[in-house]
Amino acid sequence: MSLDIDTVKNIALLARIRVADETLEPLAHELSAIIGWVEQLAEVDTDGVAPMTSVTETIPDLREDVVNDGDRPDAVLANAPDGVDAFYTVPKVVE
Amino acid sequence: MTYLIQGETGDWEVVIGLEVHAQAATAAKLFSGAATEFGSEPNSQVSFVDAAFPGMLPVLNGKCIEQAVRTGLGLNAEINLDSVFERKNYFYPDLPAGYQISQYQQPVVGEGKVTLDLADGRTKEVGIERLHLEQDAGKSLHDQDPRRTFVDLNRSGVPLMEIVSKPDIRGPEEAGAYLRKLRAIMRYLGTCDGNMEQGSLRCDVNVSVRQAGENTLRTRTEIKNVNSVRFVMQAIEQEAERQVGVYESGGEVVQETRLYDAGKGETRSMRAKEYAHDYRYFPDPDLLPLRLTPEYVEQIRATLPELPDQRKQRYMESYGLKPEDASVLVAEKEAAEYFEKVAEGRDGKTACNWVMTNLFSVLNKQGRSVTDSPISADKLGKLLDLMADGTISGRIAKDVFEIMADTGGDPAAIVEEKGLTQITDTSAIEAAVDTVIADNPGQAEEYKAGNQKVIGWFVGQIMKATQGKANPQQVNQMLRAKLSG
Repeated sequence: MSLDIDTVKNIALLARIRVADETLEPLAHELSAIIGWVEQLAEVDTDGVAPMTSVTETIPDLREDVVNDGDRPDAVLANAPDGVDAFYTVPKVVE
Repeated sequence: MTYLIQGETGDWEVVIGLEVHAQAATAAKLFSGAATEFGSEPNSQVSFVDAAFPGMLPVLNGKCIEQAVRTGLGLNAEINLDSVFERKNYFYPDLPAGYQISQYQQPVVGEGKVTLDLADGRTKEVGIERLHLEQDAGKSLHDQDPRRTFVDLNRSGVPLMEIVSKPDIRGPEEAGAYLRKLRAIMRYLGTCDGNMEQGSLRCDVNVSVRQAGENTLRTRTEIKNVNSVRFVMQAIEQEAERQVGVYESGGEVVQETRLYDAGKGETRSMRAKEYAHDYRYFPDPDLLPLRLTPEYVEQIRATLPELPDQRKQRYMESYGLKPEDASVLVAEKEAAEYFEKVAEGRDGKTACNWVMTNLFSVLNKQGRSVTDSPISADKLGKLLDLMADGTISGRIAKDVFEIMADTGGDPAAIVEEKGLTQITDTSAIEAAVDTVIADNPGQAEEYKAGNQKVIGWFVGQIMKATQGKANPQQVNQMLRAKLSG
């Protein structure tokens, strides 16, 4: 499978990564090569084999329903550029 | 009784499916130990997981699973022992990770059903498609600053149960009944507080229309984030009429997301860009698939309380209530509990009448809920006892009730203090009857001439003369005897 330029443009947009027009073509080649490499896995016959999600059959650890975190807005906002009071701010997203 | 829209080209049927987001009642969030409480200071209930700091890992809160399974059982639904959390990817400032952890292909709860109670006592079944667990996003405030959007992440990671109905709902009334029923079931179960003002119950409405008799579904639109039962009903009405208008003027309905503007009473397009729906779901590598055991599900099933439908059935069977009255009483758990206290050891129908007519109207007038009723169930019960044993008449009981509503007083004490005890002493009543007949010879003649209706007027006069304290049946009997004699 190879990716065309429009698909690459769309992926970049969805990921909010700015890609200059002249780099779209080489990027499409690189991504297509990666996909081609991964596609080798399709050669393995997996009919009737359940997907493996973990090497050992583990049951996820569950958290108790206890409040033991939060209540530290200063730490949460410590690296926020342009914070106002206890809010994060971003450029306005609606008109 | 089907809801139809009369168009120029004939009748149109409305097809509705609802997606309800119900906040699972828990102390902590779905994947972190931060609190879920409503109305706290901005960003005070945010862990590094909720703010998606690099390297932070989600750990599932077991209580959320329990609440989802419990709700599923309450919806008569299939519980999926294996379910998977996936990442739903989209970009928005109040979604710090750039993805929402949700369930997509394998939700924890599968198909179920809910029985609606309609106003005329009929019932209708609506299918449930699925229930899955997901995180809520944070909150964006757009009106605080001309250039910036403020973001509060307190809601980020709050556990939501998304409950998706099948497109079985056929009009605003049914949609309202569905929401109220869902809310009642979850409040009985204790899995969601159902508070729509605080956003613990929100609703997306899918609406399409088709000409009566058509079997296929037409294109639907989705009205996002409607937050009251009344608005859901209004939005459906407006949107269905808009769609009928589009078809009848030769146009086509476009699949899109719309917003309901309650002020203007109309829906409008959100003009969402088409790529917004490319969510690129994939299983979250930070979370193992969830595996439940049948024993776990059975343990939860064993602790289910009596649910609204069962309670309604019991009220009809053991108290002889009409289905429409029974469904009103069971709709709010607290009202049902109040009613049962009043009905305990008394006549169920009388208790039902007093709770539904007199009590509900007082609560309405005073703007109170049944939990802070000025009249306790115990005292209302005592009032009914005073009526049942003949101490006071039904008319006096209403007066005593009004006093109780104002003072919260004890009915026996009020009757005693105001001297309202019914006169059962025959001679006292006889004296009153004699006086009234003697004072009104004209009316007495009318009765003798065959005008039976005048008896009611006489009863009224005597009740007035005795300040309502005479026993109306006794007065009636005595009057007839004396007037005929």
